[in-house]
Order: sequence, then structure tokens, then C-alpha cells
Amino acid sequence: MSNIPQLLVHDHEDNVGVVVVEDLKAGTEMLCVVTHDNSSFKLTANDDVPIGHKIALKDIAEGDTAIKYGEDIGKFVGSVKQGCHVHTQNLKTKRW
Amino acid sequence: MSDKIMAYRRDNGRVGVRNHVIILPVDDISNAACESVSNNIKGTMAIPHAYGRLQFGEDLDVHFRTIIGTGANPNVAAVVVIGIEPDWTQRIVDGIAETGKPVFGISIEQKGDLETVRQASWKAKEFVHYASELQREECDMSELWISTKCGESDTTTGLGSCPTVGNMYDKLIPQGITGFFGETSEITGAEHICKERAINEEVGERWHAMWKAYQDDVIFAHQTDDLSDSQPTKGNILGGLTTIEEKALGNLEKIGRECKYIDILEPAEAPAKGKGLYFMDSSSAAAECVTLMAAGGAVIHTFPTGQGNVVGNPIVPVIKITANPRTVRTMGEHVDVDVTGILTREKTIDEAGDDLIAMIKRTANGRNTAAEALGHREFSMTKLYRSA
Repeated sequence: MSNIPQLLVHDHEDNVGVVVVEDLKAGTEMLCVVTHDNSSFKLTANDDVPIGHKIALKDIAEGDTAIKYGEDIGKFVGSVKQGCHVHTQNLKTKRW
Repeated sequence: MSDKIMAYRRDNGRVGVRNHVIILPVDDISNAACESVSNNIKGTMAIPHAYGRLQFGEDLDVHFRTIIGTGANPNVAAVVVIGIEPDWTQRIVDGIAETGKPVFGISIEQKGDLETVRQASWKAKEFVHYASELQREECDMSELWISTKCGESDTTTGLGSCPTVGNMYDKLIPQGITGFFGETSEITGAEHICKERAINEEVGERWHAMWKAYQDDVIFAHQTDDLSDSQPTKGNILGGLTTIEEKALGNLEKIGRECKYIDILEPAEAPAKGKGLYFMDSSSAAAECVTLMAAGGAVIHTFPTGQGNVVGNPIVPVIKITANPRTVRTMGEHVDVDVTGILTREKTIDEAGDDLIAMIKRTANGRNTAAEALGHREFSMTKLYRSA
């Protein structure tokens, strides 16, 4: 099990990653893999986060741009601490 | 892997992977007669739908293209068309007849349902005998027209199931298949990338103008809020997708890394520029999009899903691919290709693409998909505006 990541990150420029296991609990030290080059790092989850949902890879301020796939996926409408849940409560589209 | 399949070669040269005899209504009020015929004659299938009266202009064109394209699809061996009045019925019969396949049209006015059903049933029975004696023959995989559209997407679709389809296209488009992708509203946030994936600047500019017109004429003309209840959908949000930009970037993984689209199709329009990848201007709603692509001539549909969309189509087998282990666990009966190994890093995208190609081949040879086995036959007309 130790080789199975809990978090996948598309690109090195990204500031969010995706939880890919069920029942992830706060306090878990996650194995994080960047799919672009299969490099890995460790990060502690600070929230219980459902599978498929995102986690901040670093401390983020309100107004910052969320980066995933190395691309702009919207603006943060609230600050987020590293390891915490990123979703509709703190991230919003810039489009409509 | 052999690149040969056993399939049905139609009179117009196209290759089909199913052999349906369909009873096709021109309009909503002919559904009942069509369903009566399909009850009478085993081995036929009625395809009821909601529209076809008092439509006009571009909306009517889409309707005709969809109905004619459905009948013309190479997965269909023969067609009985039933409409309320003779003119539009004949227009559809003539459109389908261009393929060379058997087609019979009948209208209800001045006969009534019972006499219409009697005549249509005799003809449907004749068509079943004809179709059931047709044999599969050796065809090349490259003769397949394969469409894609994802649904109930989540973050795992962008990580796993959409790149699996993209890998398949990167491998099969160069071999000569014809591919379709679309979902105009769902490119928003990745339009700069999509524009760059056109075969040349002229096609890219046409694509961008089409996408921009959709934004201006549909979204911004009709929105009452920020669309956050519709796009992403509630299911997308439950699965972890937060914004349309994030959803679009995952969606576009379906066209892989290398293929370029060669032309842009109107809804339900058939490709006319030879083999290659096409973008079809289409809704992102699953049943509407698959219906349009089937009418454009696709014979197999590849459908990545995250949270578990259950959609099927009456005439085209829909292959479901998912990378979400919870979806495999809770609704595995809907899954044809399990690519959860991509998330655990036990399977590469390249291996998953090969798995999908193997499933496309099995499906072409006759394997029923999960959606077919479960009876999913969603047929949804795209409506551009109110009828007269």
C-alpha cells in the first residue's frame, strides 16, 4: 500500500492536488505524485477530504489564482491553508 | 493486436457494428404507432422522441439531420419511418434512402394509427427477415467512426478516463479512423488550447468563432445567474470539480496529445472531409450529445465518467470508462473499462489506452456494452429554440 498515492498533482506549477483515495482523514501524511513526471513528495492533509476533491499544496491568499494542469482554473474567494480542502467554499470560476 | 473486426458493410461502403431494424417517428405524435409496430414485430426497435412539429429554420434543419442521420447510421440495417403527414415523412425517407438501405415511409393522416400500424408491421417484418440474414464480414478497425463525450465528470476523469480516450485517439486517428468530439459549453476555460489543436489557423479561427457565438448567443443571452448550478453540474461538484475551467481542461484530455481536428461540424452533421478528428458543435448533456454524434455517423461511442453517468443510445454502443474506484465499487454494472489503476499508479495511460482499444474491438465484434445490457436507449433531440 505504501506505494499507492493519496494525492495526484497534474503539473509542477499547480497549487492544488486531487485526493484519489476514499476516506482520507485529517492528519494523514499523504504520498503525492506529480503525474507529469512521476516525481513525488509528502504533504499532511489538514481536513477530511472526499475522493476527487482538491487540497491546497501551499498557503493561498484570497484573490490568488488556482492552478491545475498548469492552467488557470479560477480565483480563490477565501484564503486556504496548506493541506486544506479547496472547493466551492473558497474557489470560483472567472468565466460566468 | 490484429486490426481486423467482423462487422456489417453497408451498401454505401460504411461499416456498422450493430444491425438494428428501427421504427422511426418523424414527430412526437407518431411515437405511439411506432411503438405498436415494434411490439408487433420482434427484432425491431421504436425510437420515440419529443419533437418534430412546428419547428422552423435552423432548428428544423437540426431535427431533420438528426432523424435522417439516425436512420442512415451504418449500425442500422433497415428503417420504417412513420409521420403524421406525408411530406416531411417522405423527406426523411429520401434522406435515408441515399445510403441504399431498405427504408419504408408511411403517414398517419387519412389512415389512422391502426391501418398505419398494419401496413408498417408487414414492412417491418420483411425488414427483420432481410436484416437477420445479413452476415458480419471482415473489416478494418480504421473504417470505424468513433465518437467521445464524457459525463458525470469529476477530477478522476481528467486524471484517468479522459486521457485514456485521448491515448486511443492518438493511436487510432493516425491509423485512419474518423473521430468526433464536441461539448461546446464545456470547452470554456480551455478554449485557448482547443483553438491551437486545429489542423491550421483557418480551422482554429472558425472553431473559436463558433465557440464565441455560443457564449454570446446562448450563455450570456439566457443566463440568470453564474451557471454554477448547471455547469459544472451538481454531480460534478459532488465529485470535486469546482469550476468550468477545471472541468474543461479535464474534458479536453479526450483528444490526447497529438491529434488535430480537421473540421467543425454543425449538430448532427456528417463529416465530409475524409478521415480524421472532427469537432461537432453540440450540447454537453450526455443523451443529446451522443444522439447528435450518432446522427453524424459515429458507430461506437467512448464515454469517460467519474461519478457514474448511466447513458446509452438506441443504435450506438456506448463504452463506459472510469478511473474512480468508488464508482467501480458502487455502480460497477455500468462500467466497461476500469482504469482505476491509473490513480494507484499501477497502470499507465498508454496501457489504459490499449485496454480501451481492445474493448472497442470487442464491442465492434459484437460484445454488448453495459449500457446495452441494461437497456439504456436514451434518444434526445437537440432543440435550438421554441417551435412556432
